[in-house]
Amino acid sequence: MAREQNEKIASLEAFQEKIDRDEKIEPKDSMPEAYRKTLIRQIGQHAHSEVVGMLPEGNWITRAPTLRRKLSLLAKVQDEAGHGLYLYCAAETLGKSRMEMTQELLSGKAKYSSIFNYPTPTWADIGAIGWLVDGAAIMNQIPLCRCSYGPYARAMIRICKEESFHQRQGYEIMLTLSRGTKAQKEMAQRALNRWWWPSVMMFGPSDADSPNTENSVKWKIKRYTNDELRQKFVDAIVPQAEKIGLTVPDKDLKWDKKRNNGQGGYAYGEINWDEFWRVVRGDGPMNNERISAKQKAWNEGSWVRAAAHAHAIKKQTALQAAE
Amino acid sequence: MKSNMADMVFEGLLRIADDNLILGHRTSEWCGHAPTLEEDLALPNIALDLIGHAQTLYCLACEINSRYKNEDQLAFLRLEHEYKNLLLVEQENGDFGNTVLRLFYFSTFMKYFWERVKIKCCFKKLKEFSEKAFLETSYHSKYASQWVITLGDGTDESNLKMSNAIANLEPFLGELFNNDDFTEMCSQNDFLPEPTSIFDSWKNEVEAILQKGNLDFPDIILKKRGGRKGEHSEAFGYLLSDLQYMQRAYPNSSW
Repeated sequence: MAREQNEKIASLEAFQEKIDRDEKIEPKDSMPEAYRKTLIRQIGQHAHSEVVGMLPEGNWITRAPTLRRKLSLLAKVQDEAGHGLYLYCAAETLGKSRMEMTQELLSGKAKYSSIFNYPTPTWADIGAIGWLVDGAAIMNQIPLCRCSYGPYARAMIRICKEESFHQRQGYEIMLTLSRGTKAQKEMAQRALNRWWWPSVMMFGPSDADSPNTENSVKWKIKRYTNDELRQKFVDAIVPQAEKIGLTVPDKDLKWDKKRNNGQGGYAYGEINWDEFWRVVRGDGPMNNERISAKQKAWNEGSWVRAAAHAHAIKKQTALQAAE
Repeated sequence: MKSNMADMVFEGLLRIADDNLILGHRTSEWCGHAPTLEEDLALPNIALDLIGHAQTLYCLACEINSRYKNEDQLAFLRLEHEYKNLLLVEQENGDFGNTVLRLFYFSTFMKYFWERVKIKCCFKKLKEFSEKAFLETSYHSKYASQWVITLGDGTDESNLKMSNAIANLEPFLGELFNNDDFTEMCSQNDFLPEPTSIFDSWKNEVEAILQKGNLDFPDIILKKRGGRKGEHSEAFGYLLSDLQYMQRAYPNSSW
């Protein structure tokens, strides 16, 4: 018993040393069960977020205001489906199938980013999502390109390139609106008002309340804490908003020279954590609608998947008979 | 370009552009709601191509007719009777089988259409565009044909659904191959091929694919028609109210 215990400790230490040397962990390498579980949860949630995230934006494809905007939005939403695919594949390398992950999404067991439980009532929401939501996603994801798990890190490199293009596109939508008619400017400001706080919340609970952070940092899955990333995001977005004449809806927002180890940064107001937890628990404006839409698509597509399966078996049988 | 020639080219471009825009619009409605994630990627990708074709063709049409200042004015700001698309492309999607069968019919038609334009077309810019359009529609036709075979051959349920889709779309196929005075003029001037000239190639290919899916080739006679003259179905008004919403609600704005 003691020997087993010692071996376990030795293997954990060896694993940690490998991480500390910045070596990548690959699918067939041995890894602690908790490391595997953490990654499956995180990559799975990330994949689900890409897939559910197609809904609020897909909502505006048929109503996009110009052909150019329609084409960019279609391309963007298509990229998200692609990100979902890579990420499910990355999670599958850890031993969980896409089918299992999909079932967990549809049953409500698995989480996805709460941001997609907010509605997109106007065209400006498409700009705000690109600018703020993709902007926040990039803050989270750029460090993930150096994540210790090889397949995830590699998937993130491509995803980050595409996300950063999406963010520029979103900001450009907001810029165009802010230079437009009075109605367009108001539409842009209202969208910023709607998306600001949910975007700030996207980084997750404060470090003090984030139980998964410590191990994730130690294992180099995460390189920065939630609050560090949130600060980077606020510091990046506030001047961008000023530049296009929009007002960040936070009366407590002010420059604080003590932030960022004395280099200065923006102090921001109190985050409404009650709202955050309420949406995480399923009581956001669109939680039911998003999951119902995915369930409906899945159920209505079951005959198609069954037919594809049956056809593949028939083809294989015919091939074997011919041999 | 002489004015009667310009009118012909303008009208011809509109017909093809409208078909592509409206089918692209319908295809894009699937985004996020497809039976698999792969199809959630493929269908917006095809919609992107179709709407991209429409955009190029509207731009060419604007160069011909100075009444329209840009492609968006053509795509978003005409009245219902000014759209010249086929009734086939404006029908609601129905189930996934109906959607891929319609895509198969249309893209196979367009594949042979562009193949002919590539060989002969008096309008040089369209002839150049046909190279890319031919490749893309060939891919759409291939993608859709694989689903038609898969669903036709798959299970009893999927075969029945595909047979229903064939019956559902049958009344709209006649219009696809209908020659009129305009198509005759286009053909006489070496601008566009006559729809009937595409029929044999189309039939051979469609019949072979349907057969692989244990499905019967439909009767093609002229039944429902009117799209080419701007006479549309009820469903089209709802489509336009989505498509045109922003341009109508916020006129004279830049986006």
